[in-house]
Amino acid sequence: MLRSIFRRDNEKPSVNTSAAVELRKTALNSVHRRLGAKMVNFGGWDMPLEYSGIIAEHQAVRTRAGLFDVSHMGELEIRGPGALQLLQWVSCNNAAKLNVGQAHYSGLMTSRGTFVDDLLVHKISDTHYLLCVNAGNQDGDFQHIVANNKFDAGLENAGSRYSQLAIQGPHAAEILQKLTPAPLDTIRYYHFTFGKVGGVDCLIARTGYTGEDGFEIYFAPEYSDRLWTDLMQAGESAGMIPCGLGARNTLRLEAGMCLYGHEIDDTTTPWEAGLAWICKMEKAPFLGSDTLAQQKQAGLPRKLIGFEMLDKRIGRDGYPVLITGHEAGRVTSGCPAPFLKKNIGMAYVPSNENTVGAEIEIGIRGQAAPARIVALPFYKRPQ
Amino acid sequence: MYPADYRYTKDHEWIKVQGDIGTIGITDYAQQELGDVVFVDAPKVGAKLAPGKSFGSVESVKAVSEIYSPVSGEVTETNPLLVDTPEKINTDPHSAAWLIKLKLADPKEVASLMDAAAYEAYIAEQTKEHSA
Repeated sequence: MLRSIFRRDNEKPSVNTSAAVELRKTALNSVHRRLGAKMVNFGGWDMPLEYSGIIAEHQAVRTRAGLFDVSHMGELEIRGPGALQLLQWVSCNNAAKLNVGQAHYSGLMTSRGTFVDDLLVHKISDTHYLLCVNAGNQDGDFQHIVANNKFDAGLENAGSRYSQLAIQGPHAAEILQKLTPAPLDTIRYYHFTFGKVGGVDCLIARTGYTGEDGFEIYFAPEYSDRLWTDLMQAGESAGMIPCGLGARNTLRLEAGMCLYGHEIDDTTTPWEAGLAWICKMEKAPFLGSDTLAQQKQAGLPRKLIGFEMLDKRIGRDGYPVLITGHEAGRVTSGCPAPFLKKNIGMAYVPSNENTVGAEIEIGIRGQAAPARIVALPFYKRPQ
Repeated sequence: MYPADYRYTKDHEWIKVQGDIGTIGITDYAQQELGDVVFVDAPKVGAKLAPGKSFGSVESVKAVSEIYSPVSGEVTETNPLLVDTPEKINTDPHSAAWLIKLKLADPKEVASLMDAAAYEAYIAEQTKEHSA
């Protein structure tokens, strides 16, 4: 029965096998274990998969609030007069448009216009940017940026200097406001400020990976226990619960957000992934911009689509997408959507076969299960 | 926790034998490891099962798990409760949320499976490895 349980996402099925590999731990590891979290190897980190259950945690974030330890995420800092030029060269969004105190979603590009990683860029000052990158990519991202640093910018691989907590959900702001004098109602979506939370110096950003309103706060790891406890206490009356990476994944998929290693990687371009909105050709040249211009002109071989299953089965990561009986692509992520109460997924298909409303099939253990192409995102929060 | 009159497999299925009919389900340990169960893919009545042969799957939000038959036999019934409420596996895995019943080809086959004490020792060992 359990032969395949430990195969999670695109991780190798290695959870039980290699005691030799020491997993990295966030400052809150013992807190998660004390709470009875089910732990999992995620990108080399020992992380909570779930506490009370993925469905309960998912619903808490959609209807109340959830607290996530996302300290495994990497932080890179770029400083100095060449900081903006370097960012403009290695990433596809236009960082020149950012104001101090503003953040945006972007892609770190290869010379082929594909993703080294996806990331959030925070503009702290004209000469200082904080990048939040995927845990498993942090060191590779850092080396990639160093290798392309012809602008003499200062670079720091700063992950070990930060813990990060995400407070997400419709009640996130009122919960966090109990602990900070920073006027949260003045922080707009994808903006940030510096302020104290529970007396601890934090970068407080109104960002998230759940499709809900919420905040991600960055602070020195030694305050992790204290801030976790303070936040859980502040959120108790609003029904906030701790949430793991399982719910983080179902929440981001419901919100139609890409996950590195699934929808995007070093073989996919922003055009294919439906991320044209973060790829600003007017600032070219940048890494990969020639290829991106060519692909835009020539047309795309494939495009990312959303689909929903038409029966009870679940089209999961890696399953074939069948269009008129032939294999047209693969599912990149697929799971039950606990809030929408249907089974959803994303997949790449040839760009002439991506029509919303078209019926397709997902190959599930040798059988073809009916599905329909739907518009992304699956879920949009009420404004 | 684990009924004394059931037998258990290393893949975390249980079987309860009454005469020549065996009832099969997954264990509490299995449902805990799976998390929220959302779908059960059961075989058709009449399907012939062999020991160690996959006869369906149980899916949670996060994972799919094949279910393997502990013994040989022919499926006589599947659990209608699990069609619309598969989550019963999380709350009542050893009783109401049984998966299938089958007519045993050879009732003596169950003797080779673990009894409750052996299974409890087995999962204690698994849990230790898991948290190491």
